[in-house]
Amino acid sequence: MLEIRSLSKSFGGVKATDNVTLDFADGSLTAVIGPNGAGKSTFFNLITGALKPDSGQILLNGVDMAGRSPPDIVRHGIGRAFQVASIFPSLTVQETMLAAVCADQRRASVLHRRFPLAETRDRAEHAMELLGLASKRNRTAATLSHGDQKLLDIALALVLDPKVLLLDEPTAGMGTEERWRMIDKVRELWETQKITVVFIEHDMDIVFKIAPEIVVLCYGRILATGTPDAIRRNEAVIEAYLGTEHHAGAAV
Amino acid sequence: MTELQAEQAAVVPRIESQSQRSRYRDVLIALAAFAVLAILPMLTGSKALLDFVIRCSAFGLFATSLNLLVGFTGMVSFGHGMFFGLGAYGFGLIMQRSGLPVPVAFVATLVITTLIAAVIGAICVRLKEIYFAFVTLAFQMLIHSTILSWVSLTGGDQGLRGGIPRPAFFGVDLSNHVHLYITSCALLVIGLLLMRQIAQSPFGYTLRMIRDNATRASFIGIDVWRAKLTIFVLAALFASTGGIIMALFVSGAYPEFAYWTISGEGIFINMLGGVTTFLGPMVGTVLLLILNDTVTRLTEYYGIVLGIVILFFAIGLRKGLMDFVVEWYARRRDGSGE
Repeated sequence: MLEIRSLSKSFGGVKATDNVTLDFADGSLTAVIGPNGAGKSTFFNLITGALKPDSGQILLNGVDMAGRSPPDIVRHGIGRAFQVASIFPSLTVQETMLAAVCADQRRASVLHRRFPLAETRDRAEHAMELLGLASKRNRTAATLSHGDQKLLDIALALVLDPKVLLLDEPTAGMGTEERWRMIDKVRELWETQKITVVFIEHDMDIVFKIAPEIVVLCYGRILATGTPDAIRRNEAVIEAYLGTEHHAGAAV
Repeated sequence: MTELQAEQAAVVPRIESQSQRSRYRDVLIALAAFAVLAILPMLTGSKALLDFVIRCSAFGLFATSLNLLVGFTGMVSFGHGMFFGLGAYGFGLIMQRSGLPVPVAFVATLVITTLIAAVIGAICVRLKEIYFAFVTLAFQMLIHSTILSWVSLTGGDQGLRGGIPRPAFFGVDLSNHVHLYITSCALLVIGLLLMRQIAQSPFGYTLRMIRDNATRASFIGIDVWRAKLTIFVLAALFASTGGIIMALFVSGAYPEFAYWTISGEGIFINMLGGVTTFLGPMVGTVLLLILNDTVTRLTEYYGIVLGIVILFFAIGLRKGLMDFVVEWYARRRDGSGE
């Protein structure tokens, strides 16, 4: 279970994350939404160690992750994919996966053996299959389509066998059809891998369709949490973010 | 079994056997190269040619080790030459002052290099790009200044004079020119083989990941600082070995060995030979030394000629010679494949 307790982070006088307290149950799928500048990416950056919180706790199964380094947090089981696909352009898909498993197995410093290591292959294969990248194994990451680069980014997080997977706008920069394919893939991963998935998304049609739980952030604070129906009806959320297009009446 | 699964089942064992084969192939190439170099003195009486190969061994190790930083890790060091100088001075001083056997002095020099590289690296590898480049340069100038000013130890601007004692060990007499030649070739081949192993190991791929995207590397659990420090120290050891060969060759050590121009030459060699292929720096070394030897004989405007050569590679080819050849070959192969 991932528990966020009174998490705060300021940049100068701006409170990017303001006393946020949240629980993400094991195996849950949660969407984090909010207007631009709401602090969604900062929230992810704090959880994954890219930023150090000013105060508060990030408890993963009772162990505080606050202030730890990204590698340390990854090893405890929090993986992430980025808004802009963060990959290794010169490596092939297969090399990327094999090297990531190497890192996860603490073999990234091995000098006396040749890459790839036999013991890394199964997990790498599994991740490539899960994300539908097996047929592109020999393509260098730089030559993949935007959608495949996003999938590779997610595969990189997933291959580390995380307990919690944070996806920062998995559909960013995609066309409508590609978006739905991606989000179906995210849902499929959540269902098959039984991991906790938290994702940031701007497309409300996607959010309301697949997320059983929604967190709304605004100016670094939690504006609302709840089911899609509850969020649709929440006056504060409608006023601050949704407008009238997605409220309960419009949905009917 | 689906077609995809069948393809995967076939691919995985192929990967493993390929990686094993590549290791054996590298060892065989190294042995063949050493055999060719070893019989050279029997085929030619040219002392100049043997001297050329010894210098190639020293600078080849230095330049290839620099490429572990530049090409494989994306760390452009302007101060790598300090370790070449440290190797030369460390070995020379130990031999002059302690009278230890050559192998012991060799190991002691590498230990000293390791310690100094670990301290300098711990400070430098935290920095990014141009800051890393300039702080390494600053350390190089610090070491060069120390060599110049600590006259009682280093001989100052005159260098280590009086020659380096080279007592025979295991039947090897380094005051014999052919023995020195064979030893230099052996150090070169072993050094290249070890660096090749580093490049093709899981750690080598960790370095490639750091070069491509250090932030992402840290988010898959890689301790980027530690990996950078490790390769910084390992590269320093090979550069130091190059310096030791040079000290043995000239039987002394001079402040120029630790001057920034040595680092500049290392960068130039990498630009000349290419950084994307493992042997690029070795090819660059041979080219630079040939250029050096011929151009200085023909004209006093040596710098201008080298500048034009740099411009040709930087602006004309936009890559090193080996990079260009490998790309050209790949295009030709793909073209004929179609």
